Amino acid sequence: MRYYTYFPGCSSSEGGAKAYGRSTQAVSKVLDIELIELDDWNCCGSTPYSSIEEIASFCLSARNLALAEKRGFDLVTPCSSCYVILNRTNSHLKEYPQLKAKVDEALGAGGMEYHGTVRVRHLLDVFINDIGYDAIAAKMKRSLGGLKVAAYYGCQMVRPRPSFDHPENPQSLDKLITSLGGEPVPFPLKSRCCGGSLIISEEALALDLIKKILDSASVNGAECLITPCPLCQTNLDAYQSRVNKKFKTNFNLPVLFFTQLMGIAFGLGEEDLGLKTCIVPTERVLAKYL
Amino acid sequence: MEKRTRADTFVDEISAIPGGEGIRLCIQCGTCTASCPNADRMDHTPSQLIAMVRAGMREEVLSSNAMWHCLSCYLCTVRCPRGIKQTDLMHALECLAVREGLSHGRTLTPAMYRSFNAFVYSLGSLPELGFMTWFYMLTNPLRALRMIPVALALLRHGRLSIKARRLTPEGTNQLKAILDKAESLGGTS
Repeated sequence: MRYYTYFPGCSSSEGGAKAYGRSTQAVSKVLDIELIELDDWNCCGSTPYSSIEEIASFCLSARNLALAEKRGFDLVTPCSSCYVILNRTNSHLKEYPQLKAKVDEALGAGGMEYHGTVRVRHLLDVFINDIGYDAIAAKMKRSLGGLKVAAYYGCQMVRPRPSFDHPENPQSLDKLITSLGGEPVPFPLKSRCCGGSLIISEEALALDLIKKILDSASVNGAECLITPCPLCQTNLDAYQSRVNKKFKTNFNLPVLFFTQLMGIAFGLGEEDLGLKTCIVPTERVLAKYL
Repeated sequence: MEKRTRADTFVDEISAIPGGEGIRLCIQCGTCTASCPNADRMDHTPSQLIAMVRAGMREEVLSSNAMWHCLSCYLCTVRCPRGIKQTDLMHALECLAVREGLSHGRTLTPAMYRSFNAFVYSLGSLPELGFMTWFYMLTNPLRALRMIPVALALLRHGRLSIKARRLTPEGTNQLKAILDKAESLGGTS
């Protein structure tokens, strides 16, 4: 059994990506991973906080990091935004002493301190590097039998810091698909932006970007997409009908969390996978694997 | 005595912000602009913005819509041949624009960010339904009506919770104390 401190993030705990949280826990269990949720964690602040209230945004992350530091395990999150934000705080606190002094002072007001020792990791990193593709494939109960999948990485899991995959042409999800018997399709836009939270404030702009991504997956023959990011999933899935209406397209591409696809191959049921939470119905494509 | 020009002071100000220190290294190659998925919607492209900061065009830069169209996709950052943290620079400009009340009028992004932050500040977590409703009511209630189909689809699929995740009372107070202190410490430079 491997132990990690778990930071679900708002979406994957009580929010719109509950199925991501649920399937993360279920798949981890199969892989002998124990994810222990960080007690009393707070929102990472995501892009909105880091954009307009910089010092407070570092403090939001620092409180979580300070809580995690007491546990001593790696801090694992399935959310790409939490991942980039928590890592950014870690590296900025090391790089900028005057920033660290302010953050330390603010943390002190809450009776906390952070010494910079927590390693923040994305769930996918843990799966492929601590467990490995072979060990994952060994847990497979049913092969994905040639299912054509577009691996959509999005931005914030692979950029800006060098991490476990290439910043522009990542491969980890593609290899994961292959190891589960699926077929990753060529997907040039695999790490281009879906519009992120600007879907709320600048919808037209984000719909353009979503359309390009769906187009790229579709022309390359994908039957579905997988992603490691709650916001990417929401944009590509919940706004797909909006794209169809605006551009007179007829995309009908289910968008799954990569943990849901792993769960299907592991033989897990709806209780653990939450496929019914997908807005674009998944049955047509996935029925034969369930 | 050394004479300080207008340009010197603005570029100094930006350089002092974490992530802004690289601004003097820019060679105006345009890689950031060519990489940006939204450059065509900005009134000044990312590389123009850097040139304008260096030319001391403080007001023009801070009232631009450019940084509000930044998606934080970090493509510019990983491609910059000079190692400039372009995305952090955009955030620094957003913070300054907000602090000076100059946030750009034609984009709703600052209002969206503020709505998000208000919930995170008071609850320590983000209730998506509350945040979206609040933002649309604040900015354009008519757009809220247009959002009903998306909201209903999410609701039908069990993806919109009415209740927010709460921290313990001690956790909530601790977080408030930290954020209030952070606020009193002002900027990051």
